[in-house]
Amino acid sequence: MSAAVRITSSYYLVLAAVLFTVGAVGLLVRRNTIVMFMCIELMLNAANLTFVAFADALDDISGQVIVFFTLVVAAAEVAVGLALIVAIFRRRQDVTADDVSMLGG
Amino acid sequence: MDARDLLHLAWVIPALPAAGAVVLLLAGRRIGEPRAGWLATTMMGLAFLASFVAFLALRSLPGEARVDVAANVSQGYTWMKVGGLSVDFRFLVDPLSSTMTLFITGVGTLIHAYAIGYMHGDARFSRFFAYLNLFAASMLVLVLGSGFVTTFMGWEGVGLCSYLLISFWFERESAAVAGKKAFVTNRIGDVGFLLAMFLIFRNLGSLGYGSLERAADLPGSTVTAIALLLFVGAVGKSAQFPLHIWLPDAMEGPTPVSALIHAATMVTAGVFLVARAHPFFEASAHAGTVVAWVGAFTALFAATVAIVQNDIKRVLAWSTVSQLGYMFLAAGIGAYTAAIFLMVVHAFFKALLFLGAGSVIHGLHEEQDMRRMGRLRALMPITAATFIIGWLAIAGVVPFAGFWAKDEVLAQAWFRGDYALWAVGLVGALFTAFYMTRQVMLVFFGNDRRDPEVHAHESPWIMLAPLGALAGLSLVGGAINLPFTTAGLDFLAHWLEPVFEGVPEPHASSFAQGFLLSTVALTVAVGGILIAVSVYRRGLSDPERDPVAERLGPLARVLENAYFVDAGIARLVSGPLSAFARFLAGPVDRDVVDGTVNAVGESTARLSGLVRRLQTGLVRNYALVVVLGAVLILLYVVVRATF
Amino acid sequence: MEAVIFLVCAAAVLTGAFGVILARNPVHSALFLLMTLVGIAVLYLQLAAALVAAIQIVVYASAIVVLFLFVITLLGVDRLEPAESTVSTRRLQTPVAVVLGVLFVAGIIALAGDTWATGARSVRGRLGPARDGNVETLARVLFTDFVWAFEITAVLLVIAVIGGVVLARRSGRRETTAGEAGA
Repeated sequence: MSAAVRITSSYYLVLAAVLFTVGAVGLLVRRNTIVMFMCIELMLNAANLTFVAFADALDDISGQVIVFFTLVVAAAEVAVGLALIVAIFRRRQDVTADDVSMLGG
Repeated sequence: MDARDLLHLAWVIPALPAAGAVVLLLAGRRIGEPRAGWLATTMMGLAFLASFVAFLALRSLPGEARVDVAANVSQGYTWMKVGGLSVDFRFLVDPLSSTMTLFITGVGTLIHAYAIGYMHGDARFSRFFAYLNLFAASMLVLVLGSGFVTTFMGWEGVGLCSYLLISFWFERESAAVAGKKAFVTNRIGDVGFLLAMFLIFRNLGSLGYGSLERAADLPGSTVTAIALLLFVGAVGKSAQFPLHIWLPDAMEGPTPVSALIHAATMVTAGVFLVARAHPFFEASAHAGTVVAWVGAFTALFAATVAIVQNDIKRVLAWSTVSQLGYMFLAAGIGAYTAAIFLMVVHAFFKALLFLGAGSVIHGLHEEQDMRRMGRLRALMPITAATFIIGWLAIAGVVPFAGFWAKDEVLAQAWFRGDYALWAVGLVGALFTAFYMTRQVMLVFFGNDRRDPEVHAHESPWIMLAPLGALAGLSLVGGAINLPFTTAGLDFLAHWLEPVFEGVPEPHASSFAQGFLLSTVALTVAVGGILIAVSVYRRGLSDPERDPVAERLGPLARVLENAYFVDAGIARLVSGPLSAFARFLAGPVDRDVVDGTVNAVGESTARLSGLVRRLQTGLVRNYALVVVLGAVLILLYVVVRATF
Repeated sequence: MEAVIFLVCAAAVLTGAFGVILARNPVHSALFLLMTLVGIAVLYLQLAAALVAAIQIVVYASAIVVLFLFVITLLGVDRLEPAESTVSTRRLQTPVAVVLGVLFVAGIIALAGDTWATGARSVRGRLGPARDGNVETLARVLFTDFVWAFEITAVLLVIAVIGGVVLARRSGRRETTAGEAGA
């Protein structure tokens, strides 16, 4: 089984794009806040994938360094975000985003 | 300090009563009665002295120099300079304005003194004198102004003071209404004055009186327009038909007000204006005719109304309207000197008559209906005596002042060939003699119809002294302009000659002609007196039934209501105007204008309501919008990359 | 060989992604997420980013996913989410989101068809062969050129920790007080 197709960086980019879109659509469609968070993680990963793909394509380590930082920030964000969700939804049984619309006009 | 320097200080004349007014307005209550009255009177007296000094200074100049407009203006300042318009606030002393200031301040001082007695005990004593002084200051600004704008300032000022003083006892609704009526009617005339000023500026480039000499250069239609518009203003201010309606109602004001404003001074402002702006009237072919006929018509019209009036002041009010008509008659035909002469002597005897009437009213404790008077000669001898002198003056009996003046007016009409005007004036003189005699008979002679509760008494000396002074003036006032021209006794005519240069002054072709005309006038006057005496010799047997009114039948009612002019104006003018105003206030203002503004506000609110729905508070919606934006940017990039 | 790996991993990634957004049970979503993350880690390996792959597994795939599962069980939200939104006017949301998603992908793919590489090379450091993992290069660049960012992210982590503790603790304390008062 020889590789008749050469996997260029474009493939990775398209994959990342699709992954990003899936995450974005999921963020818009799902109402469960935790699942919405997971969709955010999908989007972040798509971005990371793009960076690494470019690092490979441009033969520059900077892309990976950025991914490094993105990972750190994502971790921090998840920690704080989940803490927030816990704080807000502690007393509720359902965790739908639609229930929280107090800032609406 | 030479004469010219004195003239430059002419601003002192109006400044004195103005200062009095300011002091009394600010501190009047503290100054109190009667010192406030004496302060005001003193100011007027000082103004009279200043006027006399100015008169002497002017007299010391040679004839031509007296009308040097550029040199004789007082100190002052440039009030406004806008574009091509430059308006100075300065005063001009020339023979005409000097004459005016003399009798305004002279008669004014006497009336101020009288008012100290008349207004005794009034709650707003000081305020009254503040207004009187303010009026005097405005009137002086009017006559002394060096240009149309300054005169107009005084014009408006006297209108304001007239309103304030007519409605002085504003607790009475009729007084408040009368004040408003006077002001509004005046204002209608003022529109004419303003329009005339616009035209004057447009055509002559300046609103100072110095520009009048160029009036003859303007096209005929322009001068006629200017003249007629100025006359409209005069009609309003001097209560000529059809804007005469405010003067009889103005009798609601205290009698000193009636005497000063509505007899001696303010109402003469219209005649003064015509005299001042005479170049326009001379240059126009027909404006003068209009003025003369309006005056003549008003003179006759008002005289007929006066014969059936029962209120002592109303008779005098209609009489004033009538006499003003004579003045306009004279001014219209170009006999300006005659008009001014009549104005001056009219100030004397009409003020006298009004003050006398005020004395009667005061003595009878506010009774004003002549049907409830009678036989007061014995109880109020001094009032009666002075009143009789005033009566003889206005009726035109020799040698009292009114005879010479009225005779001069009629004679001038004859000399200029206006025989129709002469005839109208003569008929008016007949009526004048009749109704004034009727008044004297009903008040001082005949039978005693007084309310038994009322105890009549003579007035205090402070009121009688001015009466005496005015009586004296009414007696000898004719001497300022006797028609014996060859003997040079027509002082006033000579004095005013430089002002009215270029205006023809016809005289009697012979002494016999003049004598004959005077005799005719005198006969008519005496005839009117005799008729009235015979009718009212015994007073009224029944107070409710006046013999003349009986004779006239239904016509009497027409005359009593002044030919229903007031009602006519209400139906034809005020009615539709009010309806129009209501229409504008209702459908137009409320619905259209306010509606538009409200609609703007409402649509904004509605729009914001719509936009507000974007703020759902739901995170997912906001995220949707973010993604939408990202997609749009992306599409933009793609499109740019493709094309 | 590379193509096969890519295909398999891509399939895993996308399956996981769709699984995350389509699974009705949040726990299932978390597991699908795990699948995606692992797939991406393998792709990193393919792209000569071994250290990043390792970190991905350690931080993302384990720590973060486990954190998600903790919270899900803590809040008891493993119950199924209602099919319809509680807010009636949000019915347009899903179709619009899908449309936007399609547009987005289409746009990206349209752009991705072109050549991307600008030709710039080796600004920071060259990548080594995939086997080495580029640890040295990464470390060198990180601690020299990016040291400032490195320190700040350290601070960020501290803040995040404190924040998390404070947020989660406060409501907890209130509840216990109320419980004690009631008892």
